[in-house]
Amino acid sequence: MTRYIARRLAFSALLVVAVSSASLVLTRIAPGDYVIESTAGQASRLRIEKERARYGLDKSIGAQYRDWLAAAVRLDFGRSMQYDRPVRDLIPERAANTAILALTALLIATGVGLPLGIVAGSRRGGLVPGAIRSASVVLLSMPPLLTSLFLVFVAARTGWFPIAGMRSATIPAGGEVLDLLHHLVVPAAAIGLPLAAMLERLQAQAMSQAIGEPFVLATLARGVPRSRVVWRDALKAALRPVAAIYGLIVGALLSGSFAVEVISAWPGLGTLMLGALRTRDVYLVAGCAGAGALFLAFGTLVSDVALALVDPRVSETAAEGRAGA
Amino acid sequence: MRNNLVTRRVGLVLVTIAVAAAGTAPFIAPHAVDEHFGGLLNAPPTIPRLIDADGSWHLPFIHRSNRVSQLEQRYEEDRSVRVPLVWLSRGRLVRSANEVDAPLLLLGADSYGRDVFARLVFGARISLGLAATAALGGMLIGASIGGLAGYYGGPMDEVLMRAADFVMVLPAMYVSLALRSVLPLVLGARDVFVLLAAIFAIVGAPSIARGVRAIVRSERRLEYAAAAQALGASDMRLLARHLLPAARGFLAVQITVLIPAFIVAEATLSYVGLGFPDEVASWGTMLHDASTNIRVFADFPWLLSPAAAMFLVVLGLNLVLQEDRRGDKTQTP
Repeated sequence: MTRYIARRLAFSALLVVAVSSASLVLTRIAPGDYVIESTAGQASRLRIEKERARYGLDKSIGAQYRDWLAAAVRLDFGRSMQYDRPVRDLIPERAANTAILALTALLIATGVGLPLGIVAGSRRGGLVPGAIRSASVVLLSMPPLLTSLFLVFVAARTGWFPIAGMRSATIPAGGEVLDLLHHLVVPAAAIGLPLAAMLERLQAQAMSQAIGEPFVLATLARGVPRSRVVWRDALKAALRPVAAIYGLIVGALLSGSFAVEVISAWPGLGTLMLGALRTRDVYLVAGCAGAGALFLAFGTLVSDVALALVDPRVSETAAEGRAGA
Repeated sequence: MRNNLVTRRVGLVLVTIAVAAAGTAPFIAPHAVDEHFGGLLNAPPTIPRLIDADGSWHLPFIHRSNRVSQLEQRYEEDRSVRVPLVWLSRGRLVRSANEVDAPLLLLGADSYGRDVFARLVFGARISLGLAATAALGGMLIGASIGGLAGYYGGPMDEVLMRAADFVMVLPAMYVSLALRSVLPLVLGARDVFVLLAAIFAIVGAPSIARGVRAIVRSERRLEYAAAAQALGASDMRLLARHLLPAARGFLAVQITVLIPAFIVAEATLSYVGLGFPDEVASWGTMLHDASTNIRVFADFPWLLSPAAAMFLVVLGLNLVLQEDRRGDKTQTP
């Protein structure tokens, strides 16, 4: 187990370093740089040279990367050109916003998807499982881009929920937390509902498979009430395959949150990175990518370790086939 | 099981309609993609009717939309005049008899006064064409990598699969975004098409490579592979003629999974302004036009029709893909 965790940690570190390095180098070799993009080609040659020197863009890629890496080891990730602030100060707040959004979405997905999946999977035919299944098929065809457009449309029409941003300009009655929750509804549901549909399908499949196992029939034959068999015995067997998928969900959460952040103007990592990419704000791009990779590494690590604790078979095979699942 | 057959057929119909609409766009669209109607900015759909205000029946006709408020861009139908529809004129399936004052706008007009329906069917060419091209490309790359890795094994297999794993862990949307934005930000439509197809293919290839590798690896051990080799088939022939065809079913499923993802990826990139240039009609750029103020979707819901089209195509593909979950060996007591 310890060896397994150590190996996973090493992979996580590699992931973060590789992703931020790659994005730094890629953004640097991309045509155009911050000075060109921000002055729109209007500045004099002399000023461009001066600005470039200020940001360290006059160095060769190798030298710039070396300096950045040397500074990054001391937790100095460079200065954002666009905001004229250290990247280290900019990222945490945005990353926290993305984390709030992603975790709420995950909560919605789990809270909605798993129970419905258990209900749908434990019965054969009937109106309720059919309705759940149809709703899932529809939602599975609506990726976050579409759900958020749809929910924004509904929210704007009815005026029930705010459609953009994270906080109101003035703190309304009810306090800051309630205001934040109010703003969370649309973007979190937009990411969470398609995921809930996916979890529901998986859980239903695992459930109907578990119920077909001989031990369930045996328990039923002993006279244990059906609901107890479903919600206790079969569920225990059916949770494992679903738990395995959580490691892969982290990536889907981040991908989904990008579209949603842009559409509902959520001040998270995705919108920060988009702005940085468009202005060629090299260090900020690398910082955002690194933070995203950290998220990803942390999420997969937690879910993998949790899975390994539940199911000892995993730690032996996981290093080999996790991503292929 | 019968239920499944019906839904699968519904899915097939949805996909066929979308592909047919894309194929026949110049015929079924009443207008060109860039035709502006200056007096009809954000005009609502003109609804083809059969019964006029007095209750008598006619051949299909429409009413003219008159602007009531320029500021709010509200329109009202002029019920007093019937504008008949003209079929099969000037190479178009159907047009209004009075195209200048009362054009046929089946899905309304966008903020530049362009026909949303025309842009939707022409946009299907780009959106669906790009997704299909990228999926085919991803399949070619993935199948070759997976085939080689599975056939030869050894260190090459190790390196290729590690690399594939690495790309697969990353969120696909961010990889596409990063790859797209390190290329020149402003490009022509043709270049964007090729670049996006290449990027999506690269992002989609690893999962295909992994699956193909597993299939080739296990097929290679079977007797027919040994027999072919004994008869003198070269490595390449064995791989291409005998082993890769075993992955056909897997590849077909993967393509149906990738195409919806690519349609949405194009839309997302175009939405944030990193996809096709604005004058090109794709489902993403159509949404992009309205993205400056998200509220326009609430005031002019027909601007969401590309999102609805995307939903229907993705739903169609999902329904086609649906596996038989009922009727298999599991039984509910």
